[in-house]
Amino acid sequence: MTGAALPLPVAVVIAVALLCGAGFTLAGAVGAFRLRSFYQRVHAPTLGSSMGMFLILASSILYFTMERGALVFHEILIAIFLSLTTPISLMLIVRAALARDRLEGSSDVPPLPGQADD
Amino acid sequence: MSAVLLSNAILAAQLMLAVAMALYLFRMLRGPRAQDRVIALDAFYVTAMLLIITLGMRTGSTRYFEAAAIIALLGFASSVALGKFLMRGEVIE
Repeated sequence: MTGAALPLPVAVVIAVALLCGAGFTLAGAVGAFRLRSFYQRVHAPTLGSSMGMFLILASSILYFTMERGALVFHEILIAIFLSLTTPISLMLIVRAALARDRLEGSSDVPPLPGQADD
Repeated sequence: MSAVLLSNAILAAQLMLAVAMALYLFRMLRGPRAQDRVIALDAFYVTAMLLIITLGMRTGSTRYFEAAAIIALLGFASSVALGKFLMRGEVIE
């Protein structure tokens, strides 16, 4: 059975962190679902891949540490890796989208500096 | 008491993550443009990884951590490749 030996305050902390993390991820998904333009939709999912990820991994670390009675923190590897790679991949994708929009001559994006008079 | 609390909390968190994945899947299929699909895929794999972490908490096994780590690694590679494809039209030039 899941965590039957855990003391109640620790279980409450784990449950609250898990629910808050999942709630942040859901809020990010709702944002990606509802916002109108692409550049608005880029912002919303980062809520899930920063705050949601940190809270869920922290609750997992706390759960396994209390259940095993020894420090189990290998989830921190995923946290470090994702917090390093999410900005890189998002910046690449957004720069690519900006280049595509400029190539199409879309009026929603600002022109390159120095070409504003074209 | 704490077992009931934890299993209910994990179930609720899994439901929320599943709904989030469904919303990202809708955005990925609907799209309107290619970059929307790529952003939705990027967020989709992060959410799937979180779902696997909560599955590991439900079963009490640390084995699911490895699956989650592999999803995080390969997802980053696929996002970078798709970003390169959006920019240049080719992945490897």
